[in-house]
Formats: sequence, C-alpha cells, structure tokens
Amino acid sequence: MAEVKSLIGTQNKKGQTFTDPWKMLHEAPRTPSFYTGSEVIKEAVRRSSCDVMIAYPITPQSEAAALIGELFAEGYIGDYFRGESEFAVMSQCAGAAFGGARVFTTTAGPGTMRAMENFPMWAGARLPIQMIVTCRGINSPLSIQPDTLEIAYLLNTGMLVWHAETAQDFFDWILKGFMVSEEPDVHLPLALCCDGFFVTHTKDVVNLTPTDMCLPPYDPYRSPVPCMDMECPPVRMMRDPFVMKSNYISYATHASWQQEIWAAIERSRKHSIHWLNGLIDTENTDADIVIVASGTAVSQGREAIRLLEDEGVRCGLVKIKTLRPWPEEEIREATKNAKHIFVPEFNVTGWLAKELRASIPNPQRVHAGPHVCGGMTMPPEIIVSEIKTALGMKSFSLAGRGS
Amino acid sequence: MSKERIQISEALYDIMPSDYQDLVKSATYGKEDRGWKDIGSSKELIEQHSLCAGCPESMAFRYILASLPNPEDTVMVGSTGCTSLVFPMVAVHNIHSLFGNQNAIASGLKRALSVRFPDRVKDVVVLAGDGATVDIGLDMTLQAWFRQEKFTTICFDNELYANTGGQESGLMQKGFVAKMAPVGKLFDKVRLPEIARESGCHYVVNCTVSKPSLVEKVIRNAVHIAREIGPTYLQLYTPCILEIGKNSMEGLQEMRDSEKPTERFAYKEYVSEPAKQLLAELAAKDKERKAAAKQLAGQA
Repeated sequence: MAEVKSLIGTQNKKGQTFTDPWKMLHEAPRTPSFYTGSEVIKEAVRRSSCDVMIAYPITPQSEAAALIGELFAEGYIGDYFRGESEFAVMSQCAGAAFGGARVFTTTAGPGTMRAMENFPMWAGARLPIQMIVTCRGINSPLSIQPDTLEIAYLLNTGMLVWHAETAQDFFDWILKGFMVSEEPDVHLPLALCCDGFFVTHTKDVVNLTPTDMCLPPYDPYRSPVPCMDMECPPVRMMRDPFVMKSNYISYATHASWQQEIWAAIERSRKHSIHWLNGLIDTENTDADIVIVASGTAVSQGREAIRLLEDEGVRCGLVKIKTLRPWPEEEIREATKNAKHIFVPEFNVTGWLAKELRASIPNPQRVHAGPHVCGGMTMPPEIIVSEIKTALGMKSFSLAGRGS
Repeated sequence: MSKERIQISEALYDIMPSDYQDLVKSATYGKEDRGWKDIGSSKELIEQHSLCAGCPESMAFRYILASLPNPEDTVMVGSTGCTSLVFPMVAVHNIHSLFGNQNAIASGLKRALSVRFPDRVKDVVVLAGDGATVDIGLDMTLQAWFRQEKFTTICFDNELYANTGGQESGLMQKGFVAKMAPVGKLFDKVRLPEIARESGCHYVVNCTVSKPSLVEKVIRNAVHIAREIGPTYLQLYTPCILEIGKNSMEGLQEMRDSEKPTERFAYKEYVSEPAKQLLAELAAKDKERKAAAKQLAGQA
C-alpha cells in the first residue's frame, strides 16, 4: 500500500494550500459574496480537492454541474465528464470511488429516483461519494419546482442525509461533508439535500473561505475496505459480500453487513456533531409551541414565529440538520416541554412528521403540517394559520387577506 | 502493484494460507511471456472454479486471466452472472456492482486510476454476459465507446440469460425457443460487433473460445490497444451447456460447430488504422526482445 504523508501546508497544482479543515472552516477569514446557490456549490467544490466530478444535464442541478465544468477547465478537478443517464452517472461515480477518488456529483428529482438502485450499493460498498440533491417534484403531472418527497426515499438507502437550509449551510456542509463521510469508521456516501430553486436559484450573501485554501486530498487507504486499485495484494478476495446461492453463510454475511452500514451511520453522529456544531439548532424550546423543520421550511418557520410574536403567541424552533443520522435524542430533549409540535413540510406525505412521531413520547402532540407540494411556496402565514387553528384561535385565510 | 509487495513475514510463514504462499512463490505477475500455458502452475490463475463441469465460460475465464498483459495492475469489472461465482477466487481486484452498469463503473474507475496514477499503467477490463452488455446495459456500453473510454469490454455471449434460467436475450438466435420466447425469438441476433465498430471501438473480435492461443492473442491485443488508443470489444461465444441442453463433454464441440465459416461465430476481426500501427510496433518490439533473449541464451 502506498505510503501517505500529510500534505497540509503544501500546495496543489493550482497554487491552493492544503489546509487543516478545521482551521480553514473556523479560523480563516471569510469574504462575503453575493451568489446563487449553484454558484456556492461551485465555490465549495473549488476548495474541496475533488478528484472526479460527473455531471448530468437536467435542471435544477445542471447549473451547478455546468459551473463545476468550468472548474475542471481551470484545472481544479482531476476529471469531469457528462454521463448519459442518472443511473449511469451514479454508476460512473461508483467506479471512480472504487478507484480511490474523491467524487462529487449532483442530481435532482426524477433523476434521483432513476439512479436509486445505486445508492444502497454505494453505501454497501462504503463509497464516500458526495451527492448534492437539489430536490424537485418527482411525481406526475410534471413539476420541476421544489418538493422534498425524494428525501423520503433516500432516508433508507444507508447514505448519510443532510438537509441544508441556506446557501451558507450549503457552502460549509459540502466541505464538512467530505470530512465526515470519509472518516474510516463512517466511510459512507452523503446525500446533501436542499430545496431546489429556493436555494439554488436565489442569490444570498455567503461568507466564503479564501480561494487559495483547500481541503487535504482524500486518502483512499483509510477506507475500511480495500481500494480497487491493485495497490494491496489481492489474494482470492472479493470486496463485496455476495449471494452464493443456498449458502447460509453468505446470507449471514449480508445481514451483518447491512447492520454494519447502519452502525456506521450511527458512528457518523459524533463526527457530525463536531463539524456541524450539533445535529439540530434550537430556539426558545421552553415554549409550549415548537416548530420542527428541515431545509427551507426552517426559514419559513422562523418567519412564522416572528408573525406569531406580533400576536402574542410564543413559539420555539428546532432546525434539523441531519436526517441520517437521525437526531432522536436531541429532538426528544428539545421538544420535552412542547404541548404542540408543528412540522411544516414541502411534500405531500409528511415524512418528517412521521419520523418525529416515531421518536418522541406523546406523539399526539405532533401536528403534521402545513404541507405544500408540487413546487408550491409556503407563505409563513399558512404556518401561522395552522398553529392558530390548532390552538382554537381565530385565523384568516390568505385568500381573505387578498394575499 | 508489483510482485515485491507480495511478501510474507518469515515469522508468519507457516500459518499463512497455502493460496497466499503459492501466490508469493509462483505468481505469474511480472512475467511478460505469461499465457494460457501457465494454467495449472499457479493458483493465481484459478486452480478450481465453482462453475458447472465442462462450462465453456470457465475455459474462457482461465484463458483471459492467464493472458492479461499486466495482471498486477489490472482491475476487472463484472456484472451479475456465473463469473460472479468465480471472482472471489481470483487474484485481481474485481468490482461487482449492479446489473448492466459495468461499462459506466469502468468509465469512472479508469478515469480515477488515470488521475491517481498518471505515470503508471492501470488496465481496466470489463467482463459481462450478453444480457448485461447488449440488453440491460446497452446504453452504458455504447456511451463508453462513444466517449472513447480506454478499457476493454469482453462479452461472454451465451445467447441467453443463463445465470437466471435461460430467458430470451438480444444476442439469442432468431427462432430459438426459450423462457420468455415461447414461440421462438422473433428478431435476429443483435449485431453488436458491427455496432461496436461504428461506435468507435478500435479492435473488435467475434469468436469462440475453442482455441486458447487465439483467445490469448486477442486478449493481449485488446488490452494493449485499449491502453494506448481507445475502446476495444471482444464477443466470445461461451455456450451455457446447461441451458441449451448439452452434456458436460459437448461444450467444446458446440463451439467448434459454431465457428465454421458459415456460422455465426466464424472468426471476425476489425482493427482500426491506429490500432494496426500499434500492433505492428508491439510485434516488432516482441521480435526484438525474443532475439535478444535468444542471443543471451546462446552466450550462456
């Protein structure tokens, strides 16, 4: 196996200095920049020492994928190409990760579903690929607007699943995501989700780390399974446990391996807490009413809380940052005082409310909603209305206000 | 990797598995002249296999492994099928991913290895059946060729989905009655060798595996051309004797019958102009090397 020395302090071919990630993200000066979410993805990848990026040209993630192509042309990425289908792109990502590369890709909506077979395979093969999911509608009739239904499907793939609220989250979490997913005791793929269009296509002020600093390169030999590069002696070995027909041992191997994947998600908890400063953020959780949300529903919840305060209703907030690992203990603690818990979501099924109900005592406290779906926006007023209605307070419809 | 890496600590020698001891003592790694005649002299080339008795695929598999010009730095990519049962016993890294995505996996793999080892040769060889190559995975097979990915694709053509019980495949002969072809297959065998040529492959061969020396030659050509120039494709007839109703001893004859000049596996070879030039250069170097070795032997 190749000897790997620390490269921190040395420079890459673009003149960027490989920097201690903690220092880069917490101590280095930040420059405010007015960027779209897609441009922020590009800037994070510029600093991530990415070996291979594979692109698929369907919106809304396509803008980010195209911008990363510019990075390749500038020499920041080892290789970049456009795959033929989402299934193929995710397979190409797998191949590159099997070969020991740090791999990044993007997807959205129906593409995520088309590629779905790959994700449990990624997790099972312990490939720490980072995939941005800019969520959009997946159902018929066609919608290209944001909808987080696809996250519900990702939750059980064995991947880490994080849900960013803002472009700033996005920038920081892309970089931090590599640090968590590449830990030897984790070594799992990461689906870093955001609500497409709301985050990717809007501009925001994002504080960026210096361009001349980048993450240290990925070391594939810290993987808990062999890298497929013939640099370690292969002796009648196979990387993946495999179904040998009618072989009880292979069934047992499969079963224990699946458990190991989920144990690895649990082991990511400590690293995620370290890098994300906790799996959840909370505000005023001593209030009787608490809003629990992830993604941009958090922002809408925050605005609803401000509106409620104007009417004398005090309300707390729980922002969930990681859906896998699921912050069960943290949420139980944060909601222990709540008499009413509201879960606004950008999807029709209410998967977050279901997760929440399964995690806390007295789940009847959970009001699943409001829901918007198919790309609808969620005005804070409908959250306010939902809460006031549940509390027996008089509420006016948005239509009645002429909104 | 180099053979020097495969060392056993003296203190642990007696408790190491015999396979490991064998690999260290008699691996064919690093030998330019290795070939199918080395089969039987090293466990590295599969002493045993878990396929059916008399399986032509097992023959093909051994010839291929013995013929790889650079096994110590070759990674193989497979798909679900009978070869998946053999790979755990093989001393090259093998990726088994999903059904039909082998050429996509190989595309990412080859590029990653090129980024990580820019100054070294790392060969990638895809080995999959006709279902994975021509039906379910056809899009990814073709697109890898369109992109001029530098790896070899080998299709074990047994003209049906053998591993899952003999369902109709695109490479099945027209009229063949099979599961899911209850009145006989309705369309002709897909002409993938021709498609491969038109899709940008620089070396295409269609043949059986009845002649080990021939298999050795085409494998070496295909890997060398893929390494230097672009994609290469081999379609090898490896009949599933079980599914076509043959006995263990009849596999070889089935191949011989199918490779007659009028039959569907008559030897066909396409070599692009750049590939011809490369093969000529390699042949000249080989001649030179053999002459030097002969001279050295004479001096001794």
